[in-house]
Amino acid sequence: MPARQGLVLEVDRSTPPILFHHGEGFRFEKLPSGSRVIYPNEPVEPIEDVDSAIRDALANPLGDSPPLEALLQPGMKLTIAFDDISLPLPQMQAPDIRGRIIEQVLDLAANAGVDDVHLIAALALHRRMTEAELRHAVGDRVYDAFAPHGQLYNFDAEDPDGLSHLGETDHGEEVVISKRAVESDLIVYVNINLVSMDGGHKSVATGLSGYTALRHHHNVETMRRSRSFMDQENSELHTKNWRQGRLIRDAGVKIFQIETTLNNNTFPEPWDFLQKREWEMNAKERMFLFGTKKFLDKIPRKAARSIFQGIRAPFGLTSIQAGEVEAVHEVTTANVYRQHLVRVEGQTDILSMGLPYLGPYNVNSIMNPILVACLGLGYFFNLYKGKPLVREGGVVIMSHPTPQEFHPVHHPSYIDFFEEVLADSTDPEKIEHKYEKRYAEDEWYRHLYRTSYAYHGVHPFYMWYWCSHALEHVGEVIIVGGEERAVKRMGFRSATTMRDALEMATDVVGRDPSLTHIHNPPVLMADVV
Amino acid sequence: MTDLNRRNPISHLTDRPSKPSISRVVRSVEFPLKAAETPAGEIPLPSNVGGNYDTDWARRYLSRLTRRLALASLGKAVIAYYANPTIRGLDRLHDLEGPAIFAANHQSHADTLLMLTSMPAPWKHKAFVGAAADYFFGNKSTAAISALFIGAIPIERTSINRNTIEKAVDLLRGGWSMVIYPEGGRSPDGWGQEFRPGAAFLAKQADVPVVPVHIRGTFDILRKGRNWPKKSTSTVNFGRPLEFADDDNNRSFTKRLQTSVEALADETATGNWYASRQRAHSESNPGIQGPDGSPWRRRWALTDIEDKTDSRRRWPYV
Repeated sequence: MPARQGLVLEVDRSTPPILFHHGEGFRFEKLPSGSRVIYPNEPVEPIEDVDSAIRDALANPLGDSPPLEALLQPGMKLTIAFDDISLPLPQMQAPDIRGRIIEQVLDLAANAGVDDVHLIAALALHRRMTEAELRHAVGDRVYDAFAPHGQLYNFDAEDPDGLSHLGETDHGEEVVISKRAVESDLIVYVNINLVSMDGGHKSVATGLSGYTALRHHHNVETMRRSRSFMDQENSELHTKNWRQGRLIRDAGVKIFQIETTLNNNTFPEPWDFLQKREWEMNAKERMFLFGTKKFLDKIPRKAARSIFQGIRAPFGLTSIQAGEVEAVHEVTTANVYRQHLVRVEGQTDILSMGLPYLGPYNVNSIMNPILVACLGLGYFFNLYKGKPLVREGGVVIMSHPTPQEFHPVHHPSYIDFFEEVLADSTDPEKIEHKYEKRYAEDEWYRHLYRTSYAYHGVHPFYMWYWCSHALEHVGEVIIVGGEERAVKRMGFRSATTMRDALEMATDVVGRDPSLTHIHNPPVLMADVV
Repeated sequence: MTDLNRRNPISHLTDRPSKPSISRVVRSVEFPLKAAETPAGEIPLPSNVGGNYDTDWARRYLSRLTRRLALASLGKAVIAYYANPTIRGLDRLHDLEGPAIFAANHQSHADTLLMLTSMPAPWKHKAFVGAAADYFFGNKSTAAISALFIGAIPIERTSINRNTIEKAVDLLRGGWSMVIYPEGGRSPDGWGQEFRPGAAFLAKQADVPVVPVHIRGTFDILRKGRNWPKKSTSTVNFGRPLEFADDDNNRSFTKRLQTSVEALADETATGNWYASRQRAHSESNPGIQGPDGSPWRRRWALTDIEDKTDSRRRWPYV
C-alpha cells in the first residue's frame, strides 16, 4: 500500500484523546471540538538495494562533478567528513547509512591507491563523539582501520593550528574551516538530511568551522529574519551559509557532496504504535501504550531516559545523491519535502505540541530546560513553509516535564547560562550583547570542549537564539507539566493540565480561540497556505 | 642399575589377567545384541548410513526445537568457553534475504558449532551443515547425533552421490541455509587449502547467494588429530554475499569465493580493513594457503599471523 499523505483532522466529540509526547513519557489529551490535529505523512517507501543506490550515486554525480572514481589518484590527500551525533534522531539501527557510504568511498580510494585519508566527524561546536558513537556511525571496520593511527577523529574548532582563514564574503562574514580540509585535494562530505535545514553548503561551512565564522549567522538577527530557517527560500541562515560556502568553493576547495534522505519510520517495534493515528492502533498496541505509560510514570526518570535513549530508528533510505554541492542539495531538499510537507490551511490562535525525549543536542544525554525550549520554539515552531502555524501574538503550549536537570559533562556552560544569564534576562538580544563573547572565549569551557565531551561554551546561546523568532512572534509560551522553577526562569508559564493551559491562553488570545496540535514526531513540516 | 637387555617373557604379557573396562565389555557384546557382519562372499544389503543416511527427521519441528535449545544453551556455553569468539561483519548481511550458503575455511571440528552459534537469525534457526559422509555418518549413532545437533546432511568427499547433492539443493530451494567448507576437510597444518567447487555448484543449482566467512583461531581447539579440545580465542568474519553472475562458471565463482575469504583473512589478521582493501584491489592479499616449503617452515610462518592478543603466559617466561 503506498504511503498515505499527512492529515489535518478536525476534532469532534467522537475524536479520542490525542497522544502527546511528554519527555520520557506520554499524556492523553482530550482536545476541544473544532481543534485541528496535524498528522505526519506515512513513511515513504525506502530504496531496497541500498548498496547499489550508493554505487550509482558515486558513479553518476549531479552538477558538473566527475564520478568519484575519477577524482581519486595515488598520492592525493583525501578527507572524508561526516555528520555528527546530532543526526539522525534517534540514532538509526546499525548499519548506519554514513558507514555504508564511507565504506564504498574508501573502497574506491583503496582501488585508486590513496594512502593519505583522514575521516573527520564534522561537529562544529557540538560535543565530541565517543568511541562507541563513532563506531556506530562509521562501522567497526572503518574505525579500526583509521582511529588507531589518528586518521579518524572529532573536529576541533578551537585548535589554533587546525583552522584556516579563507577570507570574508562581500557581506563581511569571515570564513574559517578545518586546515586539513583546505589542504586536501578532495573533501567527501557524507550527509544525513533529516530536515530541510541540513546539508548543502552548511555541511562544510558550518560543520568544519568554529566560532569566528559561525557567529555571523548563529545570531539573533539572522534567526529573526529567517522565516523560517527550515525554508531555504526564506532563510537568512541559509543565505549566509551559501555565501560562505561559495567563498570556500571559489577558494579552490574541492568538495564532493553526498546527501541522503531518510523516511520518517522513526520507531522500531514495539514502539511503532507511536507513529500510528490513535484510531488505527489495535488492541495489543493500545494495551502496550497504556501499560507503558503507567510503567514510565512510576519508574525514576533516569531509568525511563535509559529506555528511550536505547531506541534505534529503523529509518529507510529514500534517496541518495552525490556530486556538486548545490545541484545535489536541490534534489535532496525535494526529497525531504516529499516526506515531510503537510498542507495546512490558515494559522491558529494556539499551537500545541508534545515534546519528546530527544532533540539534536541531547543524544545519550539529558534534555535540560534550554533544550526543551529549543526543541519546541526553535525546531517544532520553525517547521513551516509560508507562515508560522500560530498567528502573531498567539500562544504556544508545549507538553514536557522540563526538569531542572543538566548533564554535567555534556552541558557545563548550559548550567551557568541557566543560573547566571537567564536569571538576568530572557531577551535574546540583551543576552547576545552582554554575555555571548565571555562564554564563547571562556578558557575552561574551551578546555572542556576540546578534551572532554562538552558542548562549546557558546552553544546554549545559540539554542536560545534558535527560539528568538518564536519569542518575538508569540504572545505567550505555556509548558504543560513543566517544573515550575525551570519554566519560570525561562520566562514561560507552567500549567498542570492542558485544560488549565487553555484557560491561561484565553487571557492572551480571547475567549474563543482556535487550536492546532502538531502530532510530531515523526517529523512533519507544515506548508501553511 | 637397570639391565636394558632384560626383556619380559612373552608369557608375562599374554598371561596377565585382563582388567575390566567399558570398551572391553562393548566389544564382547555379540549377536543378537549386536548386528552380525555380512559373511564373506555375500552381497551386503544397501547401507542406510554414510551418504544414504536419511536426515529428514532432523528437520521436523521437535528436532528443530531440540537443536535450537541445545545450541542456544550448551552449544553457546561450550563455544564461549573454548573459542571465546569475536564476531565481525554482520552488518554486511543487512540486505541479505532468504536462504544462503555460508562458506567458511575449515580448521577444526569446533568450526561448525562456532558457525551455528555465530550466524545471525533467522539463518541460524534454519540451517543445515554439509558434513563428510564417511566421517560423521559412518555409523547410526554418530549419524543421528550429527543430524540432530548440528543439522548435518551427508556429503560424499570421495565420490559423486547424486542423492546428497539433490538433497542439499532441495533444502536450499526450500528456504534452508547451508554451512559448507569448500576446502573439503580440516586443515592439516593450520593453513588453508584450495577451495573446491561444491559451493559454487550448489549456489548455481539452487540460485542462492554465498556468504564468504573467515574463521580464525580454531586450529588449536580441535585440530586434525586431536581428540580433546583446548581453549583458544577466535574470530568469525562474515563477508558480503556473492551472487552467481551470468558470466560466472563454477571455477571462476570458486576463485571469487576464495579471494573473498582471503580478503577477510587479511582484514582479520591485520585489523586494518582499509589496508586489506588496498591489497585486495592490487591482488596482493597474502592468501590463506601459506608459503611453499617444508612443514616446519609453514608452521613457522603461521606463528607470524597467529593472534598476538592472547595474554596467557607462555614458556619461556620473561
